[in-house]
This record gives sequence, C-alpha cells and structure tokens, in this order.
Amino acid sequence: MSELTFFIDNKECKAKKGQTITEAARDNGVYIPTLCDYPGIRPAGTCRICTVKVNGRNMAGCTTPVEEGMIVENKTAELEDMRKAIIEMLFVEGNHMCPTCEKSGNCDLQALGYRYTMMVPRFPYLWPSREIDASMPKIVIDKNRCIQCLRCVRGITTADGKHIFGTLHRGDKTRISADPELVAAMTDEQAQKAMDICPVGAILKREVGFKVPMGKRKYDSAPIGSDIEK
Amino acid sequence: MSKPIVATASLAGCFGCHMSLLDIDDRILQLIDLVEFHKSPVDDIKKFTKMCDVGIIEGGCCNSENVENLRDFRKNCKILVALGECAIMGGLPAMRNDIPVKECLEEAYLGSPTIDPKDPKIIPNDDDIPMILDRVYPLHEIVKIDYFLPGCPPRADLIWEALLTLATGKELNIPYEVFKFD
Repeated sequence: MSELTFFIDNKECKAKKGQTITEAARDNGVYIPTLCDYPGIRPAGTCRICTVKVNGRNMAGCTTPVEEGMIVENKTAELEDMRKAIIEMLFVEGNHMCPTCEKSGNCDLQALGYRYTMMVPRFPYLWPSREIDASMPKIVIDKNRCIQCLRCVRGITTADGKHIFGTLHRGDKTRISADPELVAAMTDEQAQKAMDICPVGAILKREVGFKVPMGKRKYDSAPIGSDIEK
Repeated sequence: MSKPIVATASLAGCFGCHMSLLDIDDRILQLIDLVEFHKSPVDDIKKFTKMCDVGIIEGGCCNSENVENLRDFRKNCKILVALGECAIMGGLPAMRNDIPVKECLEEAYLGSPTIDPKDPKIIPNDDDIPMILDRVYPLHEIVKIDYFLPGCPPRADLIWEALLTLATGKELNIPYEVFKFD
C-alpha cells in the first residue's frame, strides 16, 4: 500500500492512502480533538471540533483524506480558541448539568471542557425546553444533553441492519428519536453499546447508573487525547 | 501592606462549596494569616462595613433576596468570584427552569406527599418572604463576575490555588485532577 507524507504543525507524518487527517494524526501520535467521530462508523463531520487548517483553509479533519505533501495546522492559538468556542456553544445550546448526569466523568463533551479549561461559556445560556423520553424498556433518551452528533444514528443498528435511531425536525430543532418497535426489541448489549457510543449523557441504559466511583472514571485523572499524544 | 479582605456568601446553593473551602484542612491557618474575612457565614458577620478585595459567591439567584445580596456584594467587593456550578450555570436548582413557577409552587405546597391533609392549603405569600424568580439565574446574568471556579463542589485544592493567586499574585496553577464540573 502506498504511503503518503504530510505535515501537521511542521511535524512530518505518514499516512496510508484513503486515511482521514484525524485517523492519520492518531497513528502519528498527534491528537486532533474529535466529538462526532467514532471508531468503526463512517465520519459525518457534524461537530467541527476537529477543524484544522489545510493549505490555509478550514477543513473538518475527520472527513478530509490526507493527500501527499499536505500542510496541516492543528494546535494553533486560533484553531484551539475556535474549538473551545464550539464546546462552549454546545454547553449553552442544551441543558448540560454535569453534577446531575450519570455520564459525568465518562463524557467526551465534558472531557473537552476540561482539556480546554472551560471556566464558563462565553455565550449566553439558551435554556431550551427539551424532553426526556423514558418510555422505552432498555434506555432513556435525555434530549437536554444531546449534541446532535448523530453517532447513535450512524452506529446503532439491528442485526439485519436497520437504524434504531433517527432525527426528527431539522436545523436547530433537530432531535434524536428512536423507532418505537426497534427500540423495544433492543438487547442489553445493544443498549450498552448505544450508551457507550453517545459522547454525552443523552442515551442512558436503564437500571444502572453511577456504577464507577469518582476518581476511577474515564476522564478523572488523564485528559482526553493524552493516550494519543506522544 | 494590609491583608486582602475576603467576603463570602451562599445564595441558591447548598453550602457544599463553603464545605469544600473548609476542606483545605490545616491550610486554613495559612489562609487566616494571608487574608482577613469580612461578611461571611464563616465568621457570621452580617453586614458590609468596609470595602472588600474579594467576594466569593456560591449558588445562583433563585429569588429576590439572592439578587439583592449579589448586588450588595458587587457594590462592596473589588473582585467577584463565582464559586461552583450553581453560581456558574444555576446548577441543580436550575432544573426547574423549564417548569412554570406556578407549577413548582403548587407541587411544593399543595401537591407534595409530605403535606399534612389537615393543614390549610396555602402557597406562602408574605411580604417578608423573598419573591421567587421566574427561573434560576447564574450570577453573571445579573452582575459582572470577574472569575469562575467550576466544580460541584470545586475541589478544595482549586479553591486554595485560586485564593493563593488572588492574595499573593502568584501564577494560577490548575492540576488536571482538581478541575472538574461535578
């Protein structure tokens, strides 16, 4: 397989043909923050947290394939502040109350807030009115916390390939919803997978919560991305 | 140089942030050497009698008294610090923000299972009782806030580092483990 050479912040990196910038960066020990991207599912580029400058233009790193000789800017002050702004926007756009959330400590959005030392969002809180759907046997969907990344829509399917989750409405009214029949037939494994694939606490498995004690959760002692950075 | 003067208050909070301040343990002895406490639940001084350097506020604003108190702090403190999630984004009390006040009061005073059926069903409405606001407001939606310390509660080490920075002017050091939103 042919190998491509490209540069991230002047560091020479190697990529396999067809790899996206974020994938290749990971293999080269460079962390580009991602949120809507998830291993094993097709990237959608919905959250834009992975925005990098490619040959001077802003591009989503998770959907842009590497090309020979590409010059990528990643950890610049401008990009890092823009990423922080996206996180802050996501925090004010929903109702994210970390102290009440079962996902706290294992939440990717919160972990990015930690990584970027978000003391307070720079934008005004919107206090949207969102519902909690607790009508399903295996999971609860708390739409207050949903960031519309579509990871569940893309990644959770039945054994015969039907999508369990989908979107209702469009634009800023977009909401995640589950097909009533398919969600009713979900197994415990599928429910766990749905909870794990959700980067925030919007999809929760019923009858279990706060299982891992504080101090031992995913992002309690090491920042998100620190396992990639070399 | 005289010691910096610190005032603290708990508005719509649970006093957990103040408890976390006490969690600095024996460093509290260093703290009283470094700063002078003025109006605060810690020393029970009720009224401002002088200008303070730092005001530390826990909890958001859920009623008219909270707003009055907060404005009093802004007037009497050079620097205001929002301490904890409730001060920063309303916190747990803000979970009522999507529920009309009427429904909240009816649930609390008329429909609650702990109401004695023999009692007259009244929603308290005396002039002496602070008026409840339409929703819970984070501090910076009411007055200008200079610094924010997140956490529920903010870890004692974070509060200690912040106080040390404000009192001595040293650079703020935030270890990853102490910067949390829960």
